[in-house]
Amino acid sequence: MRARVLPGFTLSLGVTLLFVSLILLLPMTSLVGQLAGLSWSQYWAAITDPRLLASYRVTLLAAATASLFNALFGLLLAWVLARYAFPGKRVLDALMDLPFALPTAVAGITLATLYSRNGAIGALLAPYGIEIAYSWLGIALAMAFTSVPFVVRTVQPVLEDLPTRTDEAALTLGASNFYAFRRVIWPHIRPAVITGTGLSFARSLGEFGAVIFIAGNMPYETEVVSLMLATRLEEYDYAGAAAIASVVMLVSLLLLLAINLWQGRFYRRLHGGSFPG
Amino acid sequence: MRRIGDAPATRAILITLATLLTTLFLVVPLASIFYQAFAEGLAPFWHNLSDQYTRQAIMLTLLIALVTVPVNLVFGVFLAWLVTRFSFPGRRLLQTFIDIPFAVSPVVAGLLYLLLYGRTGWLGSLLSEADVQLMFAWPGMVLVTIFVTCPFVARELIPLMQAQGSADEEAAVTLGAGGWTLFRRVTLPKIRWALVYGVILTNARAIGEYGAVAMVSGTIRGETVTLPLQVELLYQDYNTVGAFTSAALLAAIAVVTLVVKGVLEWHTQRRGKRHA
Amino acid sequence: MSIRVHNVSRRFGATTALEPLSLDIAAGEMVGLLGPSGSGKTTLLRIIAGLETPDSGTIHFGDRDVTRVHVRKRRVGFVFQHYALFHHMSVFENVAFGLRARPAAERPDNDEIKRRVRHLLERVKLDSMAERLPAQLSGGQQQRVALARALAVEPEVLLLDEPFGALDTRVRVELRRWLRHLHEEFGFTSVFVTHDQEEALELSDRVVVMSDGRIEQVEAPATLYRSPANRFVFSFLGETNRFEGEFHHGRLVNGEAWISVDARPGAADEVLMRPHELVVTTEPDEMAHLPARVDAISPVGSDVRLELSAEWMRHPWQVSLAHHEHERLGLERGSHCWLRPTRLHRFERS
Repeated sequence: MRARVLPGFTLSLGVTLLFVSLILLLPMTSLVGQLAGLSWSQYWAAITDPRLLASYRVTLLAAATASLFNALFGLLLAWVLARYAFPGKRVLDALMDLPFALPTAVAGITLATLYSRNGAIGALLAPYGIEIAYSWLGIALAMAFTSVPFVVRTVQPVLEDLPTRTDEAALTLGASNFYAFRRVIWPHIRPAVITGTGLSFARSLGEFGAVIFIAGNMPYETEVVSLMLATRLEEYDYAGAAAIASVVMLVSLLLLLAINLWQGRFYRRLHGGSFPG
Repeated sequence: MRRIGDAPATRAILITLATLLTTLFLVVPLASIFYQAFAEGLAPFWHNLSDQYTRQAIMLTLLIALVTVPVNLVFGVFLAWLVTRFSFPGRRLLQTFIDIPFAVSPVVAGLLYLLLYGRTGWLGSLLSEADVQLMFAWPGMVLVTIFVTCPFVARELIPLMQAQGSADEEAAVTLGAGGWTLFRRVTLPKIRWALVYGVILTNARAIGEYGAVAMVSGTIRGETVTLPLQVELLYQDYNTVGAFTSAALLAAIAVVTLVVKGVLEWHTQRRGKRHA
Repeated sequence: MSIRVHNVSRRFGATTALEPLSLDIAAGEMVGLLGPSGSGKTTLLRIIAGLETPDSGTIHFGDRDVTRVHVRKRRVGFVFQHYALFHHMSVFENVAFGLRARPAAERPDNDEIKRRVRHLLERVKLDSMAERLPAQLSGGQQQRVALARALAVEPEVLLLDEPFGALDTRVRVELRRWLRHLHEEFGFTSVFVTHDQEEALELSDRVVVMSDGRIEQVEAPATLYRSPANRFVFSFLGETNRFEGEFHHGRLVNGEAWISVDARPGAADEVLMRPHELVVTTEPDEMAHLPARVDAISPVGSDVRLELSAEWMRHPWQVSLAHHEHERLGLERGSHCWLRPTRLHRFERS
């Protein structure tokens, strides 16, 4: 190892290790400790409770819907923000970060109020038999809201990096807009779209604050996994909560690992450049 | 200059669609927060704000932010300095650890702390023998908030400091600058805006954190209720205007955060252009 | 296909990229647009391609007015400065792109596309690299792919923006010859942009010299070099030695140095000479008195280059002379000598 020219190695290493151990790693040990107290069959029973199974289903369905919506919405917004100049663009750009800046509980009560049957938007939809609040659609809506920035902020810089001459080359060769997008632009941004959608999905799986207000929390119907976790805690069933937490953590860590392996650089770029989740 | 999709019609349709969807999806909810807060006029708004519990919630929220931000600022700077200025075994692993709070659901974060410091946890039982209770009290809430927000500052600084390299610092060392002078005179001016940005993000999240804090709060009115928890309590009590009054306060902070972020970005972009 | 540029102008904000200018290019001709950066040559090329819209004026391809025709309908082949290959596509797919992009009715079938791309890749000697990605090729190979891609759509006009700018000298010279052959074989009309006068003079049927958004001169290379229209063209086309002075009795005088010239009224008080338009002698002469000192001697190809200095020179002069001449004179660094111009160029001062 080369000699350290700059000062502060020992100090910064000490501070960092102390912090990481106390704040990040120490709490992890408690989860391991709690789980160690469970037998395998107890653990299996805790994570396959029928009500919990139903909540897995709702959570996955809603998160998938939300991230699919965000993939489309994010792609559109990233395109518009990266490609066009128009009045109000700065405002539109800033608004993309609103879901990360706005506390999730505030988002939750706002969406619940707006989309309930007598809310401003819910009242418009009710005559058509569309109920968003207190259904899995409401959960998906809340999840979509809180994870808007992921796709936009992953795709936008990649689109901005695409040189003008690539577009021009496609155009001089006679390509139509659609053909050029499909063959030239899409392959370039696809990794970013997938990464952003994956992050949005991961975030949605764990979302709590925004969801519980609009979900209605009907057992077997509209309970999300994080609510089940919170319910176990309220019942002082710490072992059960820890079991659920281990599933949630495992899934989100695997998901993030997969995304990282898929396109590590896009992930770093996201956290490097914009509101991280 | 010609680009794909630059035909006026395509442009107009896409911009309109994007604006409409954003309005419906983001602007309407934001506006409705303020609409609901002032639905019964200004007087109830002020009345709700001056409510004792709300004021205590504001104070607690400020306290949490006031402790969290400096702690994570110091940690973030040390971490960024460590991983961008030195190479040592385990550097990448350390950078992975710092991502844990991003990967973990806030509810799980709350649970982790509850399991550790709660009555049944090994550290919690030791502490309770010493008559120290962290859970269901403000210190526990501060701790989970620190956990949830610790990556923000470091995440802003690391890519920037990596890109800048350490040539300037090395030059300063050869000129005899000591540690603190080096940081204050050479490094700090270069990372100032990223630092401010990181602080704003940390602050916004610290003020608004709900899931993790809810797990360890115990929701004792006037004692362990932060502003987001107060929003929930009032909402569950069907005090809509009250809930939205607190919500509006939080939304206003969010808007200020976005504006400051926008200004900072504009500032750095302009500087970037000038230097280019 | 002939190209007619009529009264075309273009501004970008407050800067004028092109003054109104006109240019006629005959079918099958190869024309080089030569000028320093910012002279408007690339803007003119991009306007011809349809990548920029002119503020005024018209563009005709043959009899067809293409001024308002979108770039994708103009059917020009365009080769970009840094190739602009599609990085995620193989060499084969890059070349096939223009054919596959056609609307179904005009699109050749798959076998036909394969046949044509193969043929083109053979022409550019890249048939063995068809499945590689652009990043796996050298710069020269990438440029050949870019050319094949542009040619695949069978354009009648081929436009090239600094086509060899990013390549090293040897590859550049080779590609230049190869492009010339291709041009003759396919018979398209070619316009290319360059800032390298050697490239322009070697490759073009006619050279268009541009500066500050104007056309300074349009001429065949030999004529252009022999009789430049103005001082800018002269100095841009090659190395220039400059003598400044004041007129006294039929001489242009600067200190101890002088050159005999006719005192034309209105003529500038300077004369210009190319490095090969000077003879080195051991004594002064009745036509010129130009004492100088040899600062550097470097053999370059068939010539020997001397760098000379003197008190009356503002910048060092360059003189080239044959090897046998240099041996005869026996010059060394620091030697003193005299210069005699064999030809003087005089222009209106701009």
